[in-house]
Amino acid sequence: MLIPHPILGSRDAREFTYLGDVRLVDRPDPTGPDAEAAFCDYVFLRDNPAGVHRELWFHEQGDRSCLVVTRSTITHDILGAELARDFALARKRGGE
Amino acid sequence: MTRLSGGLVDRSQTLNFTFDGKQYHGYPGDTLASALLANGVRLMGRSFKYHRPRGVFSAGSEEPNALVELRSGARQEPNTRATVAELFEGLVARSQNRWPSLGFDALAVNDLLSPFFTAGFYYKTFMWPKAFWEMLYEPAIRKAAGLGSLSMQADPDAYDKGFLHCDVLVIGGGPAGLAAVLTAARSGARVILADEDFRLGGRLLAETETLDGAPATDWISALETEFESLPNVRVMRRTTVFGVFDHGIYGAVERVSDHLAEPGDKVRQTLWRITAKRAILASGATERPIAFADNDRPGIMLAGAMRAYANRWAACPSKTIAVFTNNDDGHRTARDLAAKGVHVAAVIDARREARARGDYRVIAGGMVTGSRGRLGLRAIEVSTNGRREWIECGSLGVSGGWNPNVHLTSHHRGRPVWNEALQAFLPGADGPAGLLPVGAAAGHFSTAQTLRSGAEAALRALTELAIAAAPPVLPQSEESGYGVAPIFHVAGKKRAWVDFQNDVTVKDLKIAHAENMRPVEHLKRYTTLGMATDQGKTSNVTGLAVMAELTGKSIPETGTTIFRPPYTPVTISVLGGGDTGPHFRPRRLTPTHNWAEAQGAVFVETGQWMRAEYFPRQSETHWRQSVDRETKAVRSAVGLCDVSTLGKVDVQGADAGEFLNRLYSNVMDTLKVGRVRYGLMLREDGFAYDDGTCARLAEDHYVVTTTTANAGLVYRNMEFARQCLWPELDVQVISTTDAWAQIAVAGPKSRALLTRIVDGFDLSNDAFPFMACAELVVCGGLRARLFRISFSGELAFEIAVPARYGHALMERLMQAGADLGATPYGVEALSVLRVEKGHVGGSELNGQSTAAMLGLGKMVSQKKDAIGAVMSRREGLAGDIRRIVGLQPVERAGKVVAGSHLFTVGAPQNLDTDQGWITSACYSPHVGSMIGLGFLENGDQRIGEVIVAANPVEGESERLRIVPAHFVDPEGARLRD
Repeated sequence: MLIPHPILGSRDAREFTYLGDVRLVDRPDPTGPDAEAAFCDYVFLRDNPAGVHRELWFHEQGDRSCLVVTRSTITHDILGAELARDFALARKRGGE
Repeated sequence: MTRLSGGLVDRSQTLNFTFDGKQYHGYPGDTLASALLANGVRLMGRSFKYHRPRGVFSAGSEEPNALVELRSGARQEPNTRATVAELFEGLVARSQNRWPSLGFDALAVNDLLSPFFTAGFYYKTFMWPKAFWEMLYEPAIRKAAGLGSLSMQADPDAYDKGFLHCDVLVIGGGPAGLAAVLTAARSGARVILADEDFRLGGRLLAETETLDGAPATDWISALETEFESLPNVRVMRRTTVFGVFDHGIYGAVERVSDHLAEPGDKVRQTLWRITAKRAILASGATERPIAFADNDRPGIMLAGAMRAYANRWAACPSKTIAVFTNNDDGHRTARDLAAKGVHVAAVIDARREARARGDYRVIAGGMVTGSRGRLGLRAIEVSTNGRREWIECGSLGVSGGWNPNVHLTSHHRGRPVWNEALQAFLPGADGPAGLLPVGAAAGHFSTAQTLRSGAEAALRALTELAIAAAPPVLPQSEESGYGVAPIFHVAGKKRAWVDFQNDVTVKDLKIAHAENMRPVEHLKRYTTLGMATDQGKTSNVTGLAVMAELTGKSIPETGTTIFRPPYTPVTISVLGGGDTGPHFRPRRLTPTHNWAEAQGAVFVETGQWMRAEYFPRQSETHWRQSVDRETKAVRSAVGLCDVSTLGKVDVQGADAGEFLNRLYSNVMDTLKVGRVRYGLMLREDGFAYDDGTCARLAEDHYVVTTTTANAGLVYRNMEFARQCLWPELDVQVISTTDAWAQIAVAGPKSRALLTRIVDGFDLSNDAFPFMACAELVVCGGLRARLFRISFSGELAFEIAVPARYGHALMERLMQAGADLGATPYGVEALSVLRVEKGHVGGSELNGQSTAAMLGLGKMVSQKKDAIGAVMSRREGLAGDIRRIVGLQPVERAGKVVAGSHLFTVGAPQNLDTDQGWITSACYSPHVGSMIGLGFLENGDQRIGEVIVAANPVEGESERLRIVPAHFVDPEGARLRD
């Protein structure tokens, strides 16, 4: 696969390490009332959709950026890629 | 001899080769198959299941029958298709799947038992008793079946892998492919042509038709010259594109020196990963047979293959041939062979309206209904309108039509589409993006059509890539018809083979139908149709057609099979691409590696690193002697150990302290500048993950260490945390593991030694106490970092210098410390020292232990959040009562074995009574006996108790006394000295 890195352009997927579902970004509030249950969910449960999936790819053999890649798990078509840092910041600002 | 005139072999040179020990000769340009045919050899192998005598069936990579063993010794390779094995001087080939000889094969008795061996036989027969499958049935079946044998020796040849990028990849060097390359080459686009043959031209080489009134080889030669002159064109012969992968990535194998007796200084094969913006699939078409009774005798082959052998290789299996066809193409074979002086006994054309295209007898509306000749064809039975006659011939060319080679178009699950006029599956519209099928692969069966479609596809691809191109002038060529009739098999009672390689007959398909294995996926698996190494290139469509007839449905209703990579078999060796033995993975060397090697160190692999395990002296005959000596040197004088492999991460920024607070279970932001703190990391699921030290060099600058094994993983997690979890923090991290050489200087005389190399730095206990750190200058101007930390429990330091100075620093320390007894020590002594001190290592931090189990429960701060903090309080983790303890044998000479399980004395030994296990064990020179660390239920409250360590694997059991996990200086006075 080729991953369209937002800074470096098209890069071979083998330069990346797959980190999994993008919801890893949403670490639960450790002070919340159901923190333990929320963390169990966060640590152990993942969606495994047949279709469009947002996932984290770490450019380990490259510039060490984490990317949020939107990919179809059926066709491997890549619909977009952005820096995970931008994604996470937008998320924290309530942008998503 | 059955060598004809003409052909594309070089008769100026003779090549000697052997087949089953017998000497033959051929010419450069021959394949093993063509040379054998030219030598009158029709029998080349035995079939997989019934051990039926078989000859060559095709002239290309689709070959199901003529599988042979090539070469000898370590280079012996089984299951090689004789049709693609290029002849070279001294080639040694053997037939396979026969005993004692090809002519007389004892297992041919299977053929007599064939009524028992039909589809589903294994499923039905070898069911009971169940245990017999593994013990008896499977080994026996495997021995009887199977094809070639392995040499059982290591592959002596080198393999390589490479990466290529291009605008247009053209797959196949026949007329369509060449027209595509020609178009793209002249536009200046970066073009790669990959062709599986050793000579460009594809089907043109097998035909007599002319281009612009001249032999096709003239046109091909002119193109080859032009391509060679263009820097933007790369022509790769002997290169098979075997798979289409995501986003325009193609896998290809180049057989660099398969055609040589020995590769010499070349690699044997290269695995190419080609990234192409567009690809043009000019893979041609494969002829299919018509199934009839006893259609597998040596001498019966595809009509197009027979023509190829005659035209390209001037070889013919027999002086008298016949052709059985359902289409016009079969007549070309008769015409060309007659022109070469071969006697054409008859052309049996299943179509009633068939007419001769030359001077030969045509039996219109005829069917071949039988054959004779045990080891080679002697005669065929022809039935016409109820009348039967036997026609003598040594070879029969069969043409049931042509199947476009759509394989690569279905590698992304693209489904071929049935074309009624061509009676064939054509590439569907849902093939891989950017892959354009052309020529015969797209159903264009005349040369003129293929040339045009190749050029047009290239223009389309270039337009999409915004590269200007002009249509080339294509040579004048034939616009021939094809006219295929839908006849796939001839009804009859005797066995008619569909899949030759897996011995699947029409009868097997009938059984599958009768037993309701009708969906094509079931049909395949029940009968094994198309599941041999040829992936059913000559059999799948015929099998489908027969099933369609049985079910009374159309072929597209019956289904289609799609193909997966590889197009043709790929060796494991080339997939490894040379990454074998020491090249299997990168080997990392420490900065003092060469020095250690010169000292005679014994090395051990730890992950990718090669680390010095111990440094034997000449008088030492056992590793324990060396390790004991090194350990004692650290406890009594000073030892030196390269610890550069520990992960080092530089953490900088205003929020560095806060960031580390969230990563480590204990508090890090309160650490004073110039001090070091031990840190414990948890995984988010609450288990202990990694440990190391955090040194604060400045308010906004920390240097943290990780274990050697987790260096990459911890750094990755830190980047994840920084970018994904807390992007708002002002912090940057970078791995500096390879940038710094770090040497542990440990032992009571370590301060004395270091004093001799520092440039005016106060090492006194007051100025530089335990857990201090500093940046300083050593050895007269070299910048360094010094940490007063101890893994051994002794007064100890770790000194870091830029990696390139590691070797020199080690030499300097050894020199300066000679009179102090400075001794290098390896990871074995390092481990003994840490077990003696009770520090946890990889055996304790194994991903299943909690902080409390490690005796580090207090390091999990309850005042702040950190990764794993919430989950570490889960009931299951918080309730784990196992604790780390020290273990010592009751008898001084007793053994402590890591992995042993711990039980109360006298208790039965089972899972319910299991109380823990020993994680680490070693001989302790300090204690004078073996010692161990282990996890034990309520271990911290059972000091002094005697327990049993059971080692059932060795049938051993030992009484051990539970002691605190600190065998050396439990108060920690030495390291604070």
